[in-house]
Amino acid sequence: MRIFDPHIHMTSRTTDDYEAMYAAGVRAVVEPSFWLGQPRTSPASFYDYFDSLLGWEPFRAAQHGIAHHCTLALNPKEANDPRCAPVLDELPRYLVKDGVVAVGEIGYDSMTPAEDTALAAQLQLAADHGLPALVHTPHRDKLAGLRRTLDVVKESALPMDRVLVDHLNETTVEEAKDSGCWLGFSVYPDTKMDEERMVAILREYGPARVLVNSAADWGRSDPLKTRKVGDLMRAEGFGEDDVDQVLWRNPVAFYGLSGRLDLDLDSGETEATATHEGNSILRGGGAPAAAPTER
Amino acid sequence: MLTRTELRAAVERRLDEAGRAWLDRALTEAAKSGPQAGDSGPASASASGSASSPDSGSASSPASASGRASSLAPAPASGPARWELDFASAGRHVRSARPAPGDPTPHDLPDAARILLLHAADADAPTAARLYARGTGAERRAVLLALPYLRLDAADAVPLVEDALRTNDTRLVAAAVGPYAARHLSPHSWRQAVLKCLFTGVPLTAVAEWERRARGDAELARMLTDYARERTAAGRPVPADLDRVLAQTAQTAQTSPTAATSRTTPAATTSPTTPTAPTRALTREES
Repeated sequence: MRIFDPHIHMTSRTTDDYEAMYAAGVRAVVEPSFWLGQPRTSPASFYDYFDSLLGWEPFRAAQHGIAHHCTLALNPKEANDPRCAPVLDELPRYLVKDGVVAVGEIGYDSMTPAEDTALAAQLQLAADHGLPALVHTPHRDKLAGLRRTLDVVKESALPMDRVLVDHLNETTVEEAKDSGCWLGFSVYPDTKMDEERMVAILREYGPARVLVNSAADWGRSDPLKTRKVGDLMRAEGFGEDDVDQVLWRNPVAFYGLSGRLDLDLDSGETEATATHEGNSILRGGGAPAAAPTER
Repeated sequence: MLTRTELRAAVERRLDEAGRAWLDRALTEAAKSGPQAGDSGPASASASGSASSPDSGSASSPASASGRASSLAPAPASGPARWELDFASAGRHVRSARPAPGDPTPHDLPDAARILLLHAADADAPTAARLYARGTGAERRAVLLALPYLRLDAADAVPLVEDALRTNDTRLVAAAVGPYAARHLSPHSWRQAVLKCLFTGVPLTAVAEWERRARGDAELARMLTDYARERTAAGRPVPADLDRVLAQTAQTAQTSPTAATSRTTPAATTSPTTPTAPTRALTREES
C-alpha cells in the first residue's frame, strides 16, 4: 500500500514516527504551515519556520525515504495578531520556491474580519502563483464556517477545483462536495474523523476527489491513521484500486496542480542518501523502495 | 573537472527541448541584468511591514557577517529580478532523467542550472549571500557549489561556508567543502570541517584539495587520532576516510599552500552526490 499523507506537521514528529510511517507505506507527505502551539510574536519567526519547511524538514524526510513538500501561508489563528500580519507581504518570495505545492493552511478560526482579509488575500496569492490552496474549516461553528469559506472562495480568482477543503465531517461533506472542491478528511484518535466513520463516508460519497490525512502534529494524533483507514477500507470490501485512489492518486492529482510535485527522491529537492540510493519512489507506480537499513 | 562551458554543454545534453529553451532564456536574462539589478530586498510590498526590523532578513543571516553584504542599498520597489525568480524555480524547469553511467555532469540538474545562472549574472558576494540567506536547502547548496565559479574578492563568501558547516544537513556540508573552502577557510575552520565530514558520513571525495591541506598538519593529526580513540572506546568503527587523511598528515609539506592546481578549473566537486553519499547525518552529531 503506497500512501501519500496530504496533511501532516512533521516538524512536530520524531524520527521514530518517520520510521514507522515508512514501514506503513508512507512515501510522500505535504506539511502545511500552521500554528506551533506557542503563539509567534514576530514575522521573523515565520520566516525561520518557512525556511525549515523548505530546508531541514525535507532533508530529514528524505533520509527516511519520504518525499516532503509543503504549503505556506499565514495561518488563520495568527492572522488575528497584528504583529504577524506583515507575513502576508513577504509570502510572495516564498511562494515561488520549488518545494511549495499550495498556499495553506488558510481559512477560518474564529471568523473575524482579520481572518476574512487574510483568506481573501491568500486565495489571490494562490491564483497569482499558479498554486492550489489548502483551506481548512474551523473546529468551532464548522458548518457556518464551511459556508462562509465556500462563499469567499467563489468570490476569489481561484477556481473551486483548485481548492482542497479540509477537516470535513458528516455535517459538511455534502455541501463541500456539491461545491466542486477537493474533499479533505483528518483522522484523529479523539476528535475530527475516525477510521470507521471515514469508511462510511467513502461508502456513501465514493472515493472521487477524497483525500485522507492524519493531520498529526504536536497534539494527540497518530501519523499512521492513513494506513489504518486503508486497512479498514480493504477489510470493509473496498478494492486495492479504491485505496490507492484515496491514499495516493488523489493527493498526487491535487498537489500536482502546482506543477511542482517531485516524488523522485533521487532528484534535487530531496536528494538521495545512501540509505535510499537508487530507489526512485513511486513516481508512476513503481515498486516500493527497499526498507531503510541503516542511518 | 568541468569548466563553465563544459558544464552548460553537459547540462543541455540532458535537458529536453522545453528545458533547454528555459535555460537559454534564463541565462540570457541573467547576463543582461547582472547582480545589481537583483539587489532587491524582500518582496516589494514589505515596505509596509513596519513591525519587522529595518532588515529583518539579514539581521541574523550570513549576509550580515560579510562586510560587503551589509552595505546593500535599500530595496528598490520592483521586487526580485527575473533571474532570481528563475534561480528559485530552476528545480521544476530542468528536471530530467538521471545521467547515464560515466556522464560527467553533476547528478543534480537544478544544481547545475543554478550554478550557471549565478555565473551568468556575475553574482558578487552580497548577491550570493542574499540568495543563500533566502534560499531553500537546494538553493543554498547551489550557491555553495557556485562559489568557485564566481568572481569573489578573496574570502568574502566564507561566512556562507561557515554557516553551512554549522548545519546538520549533509547536502550543505558536502557542498561547503569544495574548492572555495579549500582556498579560503582558516586552518581551524578547515580542520573542523574535515572532522565534521567524518562525523556525518560526508565522503572525503567531497573535500576539495584535502591532500594539499592535510599534508604535514600535526594539529589535524591530533584531532583525528583523538576522534579515532573515541570511536574505538565506544566500540564503534573508525571511518576508513579517517586513516587516509591521517596518513596524509604524516607527509611533509613540500609545495606552497596555494598550489597552482587550486586556481585552474575549480569544478571538481560540483556535485555532492557522490556514489557514497552521506549516510549518518542524523546520528549523534552534536546539536
